[in-house]
Amino acid sequence: MPKHTLSVLVENHAGVLSRVAGLFSRRGFNIDSLAVGVTEDPNVSRMTIIVDGDDYTVEQVTKQLNKLIDVIKIRRLNPEESVQRELALIKVNATSATRSEIIQIVDIFRANIVDVSKNTLTIEMTGSEDKIAAFEEMLKQFGIKEMVRTGMIAIERGNKIIKAEASGDNGSVNGTVDE
Amino acid sequence: MTMTGAQVLVKALEDHGVTTIFGYPGAANAPIYDVLAGSKIRHILTRHEQGAAHAASGYARATGEVGVCMATSGPGATNLITGIATAYMDSIPIIAITGQVSTEVIGRDVFQEVDITGATAPFCKHNYLVKNSKDLSRIIHEAFHIASTGRPGPVLIDMPIDIQLGEAEYDEHKEPDIRGYKPTYKGHALQLKRIAEAIAQSSRPVICAGGGVISSAASDELLELVEKVGIPVTSTLMGIGSIPGDHPLFLGMLGSHGVSTANQAVNKADLLIIMGARAADRATGNTDKFAKQAKIIHIDIDPAEIGKNLGTHIPIVGDIKIVLQQLKKYLVSDYKKEWVDTVTEWKNKQLLKNADSINADDGAYVNPKYVLSVLSDLTKGDAILTTEVGQNQIWAANHYRTIYPGSFITSGGLGTMGYGLPAAIGAKIGRPDKTVIVVSGDGSFQMSMQELATIKQWNVDIKIILFNNERLGMVRELQKIKYKGKYFAVTLEGSPDFIKLAAAYGLPGEKVTKNSEVRNALSRALQNKGTYIVEFTVDPEESTL
Repeated sequence: MPKHTLSVLVENHAGVLSRVAGLFSRRGFNIDSLAVGVTEDPNVSRMTIIVDGDDYTVEQVTKQLNKLIDVIKIRRLNPEESVQRELALIKVNATSATRSEIIQIVDIFRANIVDVSKNTLTIEMTGSEDKIAAFEEMLKQFGIKEMVRTGMIAIERGNKIIKAEASGDNGSVNGTVDE
Repeated sequence: MTMTGAQVLVKALEDHGVTTIFGYPGAANAPIYDVLAGSKIRHILTRHEQGAAHAASGYARATGEVGVCMATSGPGATNLITGIATAYMDSIPIIAITGQVSTEVIGRDVFQEVDITGATAPFCKHNYLVKNSKDLSRIIHEAFHIASTGRPGPVLIDMPIDIQLGEAEYDEHKEPDIRGYKPTYKGHALQLKRIAEAIAQSSRPVICAGGGVISSAASDELLELVEKVGIPVTSTLMGIGSIPGDHPLFLGMLGSHGVSTANQAVNKADLLIIMGARAADRATGNTDKFAKQAKIIHIDIDPAEIGKNLGTHIPIVGDIKIVLQQLKKYLVSDYKKEWVDTVTEWKNKQLLKNADSINADDGAYVNPKYVLSVLSDLTKGDAILTTEVGQNQIWAANHYRTIYPGSFITSGGLGTMGYGLPAAIGAKIGRPDKTVIVVSGDGSFQMSMQELATIKQWNVDIKIILFNNERLGMVRELQKIKYKGKYFAVTLEGSPDFIKLAAAYGLPGEKVTKNSEVRNALSRALQNKGTYIVEFTVDPEESTL
């Protein structure tokens, strides 16, 4: 199934996340990841949702999300025209014998080492899904003890922005915008 | 002026024109009741919170206003749930106000605590847990706005007891501006043009009218279009009454429980215009085989309904009434005389067949289809009919002639047994000038029959038609057809003598066992001042269709 990136601006209230998550489970939509955080406007949060499904599913997800009163705006981001990043923290086995090799790999991937112990290295890695997957693959040989990921966040390239102010996009789906 | 939260709530309800609340008190909403006692708002005490929610729904459907119901926290709130879900599926504007435990103990599982906003989120248009008194007025104003505009639906407000008791300011009613909620009312000009062209080019158009035609009060506009162009109309269960049941171009309800002429017309149509309907499974059956020859136009105020169940060629988002008014200036079509003649011929054949199939001879049982056709003759459609769910609902849909929009009140989407009686109570209280009739079966009736006490206490005048086949007739029929006649758990042994039961509440009634007694018994019921129950003995083998 193809993956689609939705940027969703929502009111920054308690309960909004559960409404959105509940909608996905109730209507049988699959999500790969959901990341949420506050925006430049403290009253508005932005969710980045990676949806797994065909065009029908993504259209349904969009329309159903739009029905939630707390959802202000939704935009489907084209991967070609947006920057998509995820943060991963990876704790990997490291001995005196393997440590320098791991550091080299970290350098190649432009990741950072954020914690060191006698037996482990903890690495912070930012990148696209592919880059994180490639990095993970390289580290597997040393033994990954723990891995935690934020889920993808995304922003459009260039001058385009998604603002909460402009409203009335509920009817824009299906080429049926307001007169 | 400083007020308590409960006073703010009641003041806001009064300002929104609420005259009636259906509810049930408890400890967690006692401060609201304390204020209500001194208000002009009439409180109707039901015998179960579910009855309060259904009554609010019946009230809303009969009056076109927002219905209000109220319950305490915990079990009071959960008892509202079926009523809220019923209203949600049928897009009925109700507001449910629940008491909640004090904010500082929320989440500690205290006595009668339940997460009702979490529980109802899947089937509320929106809901609120009031955590701060300063939000209270805004929330109430928003709740009325959300419930009654766009695609209507239920909104729940959960009010912790400390919010009810605490100080709050009342803001005068303002038209709320909710940035995430801007319904589209006007149709897109380009789409309107495409619709007009499609109508002009079609030779076999059919309109499928849903509940949206009724909630947007678009019946006049629909009739005008239908008569100008010559488009036969079928309706969904929720759309019954959107066009007069005796109109020559009305074919009856479509779908698995509908009229064959209606289905035939949809199958032969080259253009199907769906208005304010969800194209749900009971209406379409298998969508791969539905209206295969037709180009499909879908008009709905909810963009999410368009394309959800059925592929659409021309979608248009908007309020049906406004869209139909806009469409007038684009319309260039000739009258579809040939198609109207063809469909009229089908319809006349069907009517003859129906007349033959409705047996009015005396036998061991009363024919429920005959009862409903006699009822149509007697009321001439000038009544509000509510139904329960099961065979009684389909008999009423297909054999009672509904003339006016909003006068057929039934649980279409959720199919809630026990809806009809409390909905009738709400309808009668909202429209005391109207005769209100509930069509019921012995199964559904027993799901809400405690509301007979509500009828008695508030002196509500309802004509109860009770079809008694001592069975859950529709499930039994399903077992007969799909499960090789292995009948299980469908016999209602142990039911009371319903006439004696009514008498115990001080309500008169009679039992009818012969077709020849039907007309007189119904006349007595309609002429009686006050509630009257007529029980008809029905054959368990009587078919739904």
